[in-house]
Amino acid sequence: MKQKNSNFLRSLKIAIAVFLALVIYAYGFQVTNVKLEETKSEHRQTQLVRILRALAKPDILEYEREEFIVLLPIMVPCPEGDNSLDAPNTSNPYLVMTPSCADPREVVMIEGHNFESFSTGPLNFLPADSTVRLQLGTFKADKNGDFEMEVRLSPRPNEKIQEIQAITRKNIGTPKFTETALATWEKIIETVFMALLATTLGTMIAIPLSFFAARNLMEDVTSTLIGSSLSILFIPVGAYLGIKVAGLASQLSTYLTGNLLYSLAGLIIISLIIWQGVRFAFPQQEIEKISSSTIIGRTTIKGGLFLLLIMTLYLVSNIALGIGTYLAINLGSFAFLGDFVRDMGDILNLVIVIISALTIGAVFSSIAGRLGIKFGRTPKATTKIIQIVLAILAGAMLFILIMAMLNWFYEYNNYTELYAYAGIIGSLMGLVLGITLKPTAALKTGFIIYYIFRTVFNALRSIEAIVWAIIFVVWVGIGPFAGSLALALHTIAALAKLYSEQVESIMAGPVEAIQSTGANRLQTIIYGVIPQIVPPYISFTMYRWDINVRMSTIIGFAGGGGIGFLLSQNINLLQYRAASVQMFAIAIVVASMDYISSKLRENVV
Amino acid sequence: MLKIQNLTKIYDGGVLALDNVSFEVPEGQFLAIIGLSGSGKSTLLRCINRLIEPTEGTILWNGKDITKASDDEMRHIRRKIGMVFQHFNLVHRSSVLTNVLAGRLGYVNPAMSILNRFPQSDIDNAIKQLDRVGIADKAYSRADELSGGQQQRVGVARAMMQNPEIILADEPVASLDPVLAHSIMQHLEKINKEDGTTVLCSLHFLDLVHRYADRAVALNDGKLMYEGPPDGIDDAKFKEIYGKDAERVG
Repeated sequence: MKQKNSNFLRSLKIAIAVFLALVIYAYGFQVTNVKLEETKSEHRQTQLVRILRALAKPDILEYEREEFIVLLPIMVPCPEGDNSLDAPNTSNPYLVMTPSCADPREVVMIEGHNFESFSTGPLNFLPADSTVRLQLGTFKADKNGDFEMEVRLSPRPNEKIQEIQAITRKNIGTPKFTETALATWEKIIETVFMALLATTLGTMIAIPLSFFAARNLMEDVTSTLIGSSLSILFIPVGAYLGIKVAGLASQLSTYLTGNLLYSLAGLIIISLIIWQGVRFAFPQQEIEKISSSTIIGRTTIKGGLFLLLIMTLYLVSNIALGIGTYLAINLGSFAFLGDFVRDMGDILNLVIVIISALTIGAVFSSIAGRLGIKFGRTPKATTKIIQIVLAILAGAMLFILIMAMLNWFYEYNNYTELYAYAGIIGSLMGLVLGITLKPTAALKTGFIIYYIFRTVFNALRSIEAIVWAIIFVVWVGIGPFAGSLALALHTIAALAKLYSEQVESIMAGPVEAIQSTGANRLQTIIYGVIPQIVPPYISFTMYRWDINVRMSTIIGFAGGGGIGFLLSQNINLLQYRAASVQMFAIAIVVASMDYISSKLRENVV
Repeated sequence: MLKIQNLTKIYDGGVLALDNVSFEVPEGQFLAIIGLSGSGKSTLLRCINRLIEPTEGTILWNGKDITKASDDEMRHIRRKIGMVFQHFNLVHRSSVLTNVLAGRLGYVNPAMSILNRFPQSDIDNAIKQLDRVGIADKAYSRADELSGGQQQRVGVARAMMQNPEIILADEPVASLDPVLAHSIMQHLEKINKEDGTTVLCSLHFLDLVHRYADRAVALNDGKLMYEGPPDGIDDAKFKEIYGKDAERVG
C-alpha cells in the first residue's frame, strides 16, 4: 500500500514538474516576443529572400561592361499605303515585330535572334522627336540567343519612324576587385592586428596577475597582524618614495639627454656600473650567515642600483625617441618602424614612474611585513600595544584610501567629515582585531588577496569588450586603438582566470620537491610551477587570439575600428551585398585562425 | 643528532596521522621507517622538513627546534635536508641538469636563480653528482624522457646537490621494480657510508630493511610500535606492526 502511495506521489511530482516547465517556456515565448504570424506574411518572406540572395552574392569582383544596342525601326501607327522598312541584317543580333506595324497600346509580339546565349536586358520604346526611353519589359534570351515576348506598345503615335531598342550588357576584360573588396581587405588586416596587439598586451599583464588568483599558491601565504599592518602601511610610503626616485632619476638623466651621443655614452657607462654593483650586491651563493654590516652595505648599494636602473630606463626611452624620430623621417615607406620605436620610447617614459612606485612599494611592504612577523615572534609586554597601534593605523589608512577612491567617482567633496568617518571606522576595526588576535596568530592574507583578485577578474570579465570599447572610444577616439585597448582589458581578465585555474591544476609533487630544497616562494614558482604551465598557457593564449579576432569583428559596432565598422555601416545603409563581403571575410579569417592555431598548438605543446 | 619528541599531527579534517611519536636518530645512521600505507610514514618525514606543519611536539636538530624556526631559518634548515620522493617529483619539462641544479636553490642568490644563472662550480658539481649515479650522459635530456629508475637517480642527485646532512627518502623504491630498487638503495647506502649522511628512509619490504638499515622504527596508525635493530622484528612484532592477518613476503 505504501509502495503504491509513493509511486503515485512520484508521478504527481513529475506531472507538476512538466506543467511548471510548460509554464516557464510559455512565459519565455511571451517575453521574447515570438511572432509566428510575422514570419508567414508574404511581405516579410520576399524581404527575407531578397536579403538572403544579396548576402549570397558578395560584391567582390566586377567587370568593365560594354553596352550593345539593337534597334528595330517601326511605324506606330501603321502608315497609309507602303509601310515596308529595311529588312534587318540577320548576321547580327536583330529584332522582329509581328505585325510589322501596329497602333499605340496594341499588344505585339517581339522576337529577338542571334543574341548572346542567356543574355538579358531592357527592351525599350524610343519615340520619335524625343529623348526618353519607355521601358516595355525585360528580355531574357534562351540558350540559342533567341527570345520572344509580348509587349504593349507605348501610346506615342507619330508619323515618323520610331524604334524598339534592346540593350545587352557584356562583361569585357578580366575581373577586378570592387571598392568594397579593397576596403574590406584593408579592414580585415586591421582587425587581425588589433587582435594580435590586444592578445599580446593582455597576456603580458595576465601572466603575473594569474599567480595571485591561484588558490594553491596563495593558500599558505600567511602573516601576523603586525606583519600585515606594516605591509599595508608601507605600500603608500614606498610608492611615494618610488615616485620621488623616478623624479630624481628623470632630473639626473636630463644632464645626458640633450645629445643622443651623450645619452648613448651615459647608457653604456651606467650599465657597466650597474653590472659591477650587481656582482657585489647579489653574490652568487650565500653559504655562511652574513654579518649585519654587510647586509646594510648591500641594501644601500641595491638602493643606488635601483636609482641608476631607473635612470637607464629614462635614457633608453630618450634614445628610442631620438632614433625613432630619425628613422621615421629617413626610412621612407618603412617609416612605421621608426614610429614604432618612438612610440615604445614614449610608452616606456610613461610607465617608468609606475614601475618605480610599484617596485619600491612592493619591496617596502614585503620587508616591513617580514620585520613585523619577526618582531612578533619574541613577545614582550609591549608587543600587544604596538600591535594595537599598528592595526589602528593600518585600518584607518586602508579605509581613508578606499574613501578617497569612492570620492573620486562620486565627488562628495566633503573631505573632513568623510575622511574622519572612514578613519574612525577603520581604526575601530583595527582596534578590535588588535585586541582579539594574538601577536603570533597567523592571518590568511593569501586568501584575502586571492579573493580580491578573483572578484576583480570576474567583474571585469563579465563586461563584454564591446562595452569597454564605448569607454575607450571616449578616451582615445574612434578607431582600432580604442578597440585594441578594450579587447586587451577583457583579455587580461579572461586569461588571468584561465591561467590561474591552470596553476591550480598542476602536479603538487615537483613544487613540494623544490620547496624541500630550501627555495623561497619566488624560486618555487619559477622552478616548480612555471615549467608545468607553459603548454597550457601557450594554448590558452592562442585560443584567446582566436577569440579576439572574432570579437574584434564586432567591436567596430561600438566605434572600435576593424571590420565591424564597415559591416555596421553597410548594414545600416541596407547594402547587403557589401555587408556580405565583410561577412565572408570574417568567416574566412576565423576559420583560418582556427586552423593555424590548432596547428601551432600541435607543434608547440 | 635528530631528536623527535612527542610529535603529533592532526590534519584539518580531524585525522590523527601521528600520535605522540618520540625517537632519536644519531648522526650517520641509516634508519628505516616501516608500516602500512596510511600509518603516518610520509607525514613523519614531511614534518621533519616542515613541508607539513606538526600540530604538537618538537624536533630538535643539533640543539635547535625545527618546529619553532621562522620562514628564513627554515629555508636554511631545509637546504641541509635532502628529500627523495616515491614519485620522483621531477619537473618534467625541465632538463635533467636544471632539475639537479634545483637542489642548490637554497644556496644561490634568489635574484640570480630567477634568471636561471648558477655558479659554474654548481654546474660542475651537478655533472659530478649525475656521474655518481651513472647518468651523466642524460644531463641535457628532458626529465620526462627518462625511465623510472633513471628519474629516481636524478632525484637522488638533486638531493645530493644540497650537500645534505640528512636525507629523507619517502618510499624511494615503491614505484620501481626489484632490480632498480636495489640499485637506488645502493646509492643511498653509498651516500650514507661514504659521506656520513644520516638517512631516514621509509620502506615497504622487510628484506630491504634487513639488507640496508642500521635501525628501524615502525609506525601503526600514527603510533610508534617498534624501535630497534631490523633483526628484532620477529613474527610477533611483525603481526603487531602490520596487523594480525598480515603475512610476510620476500
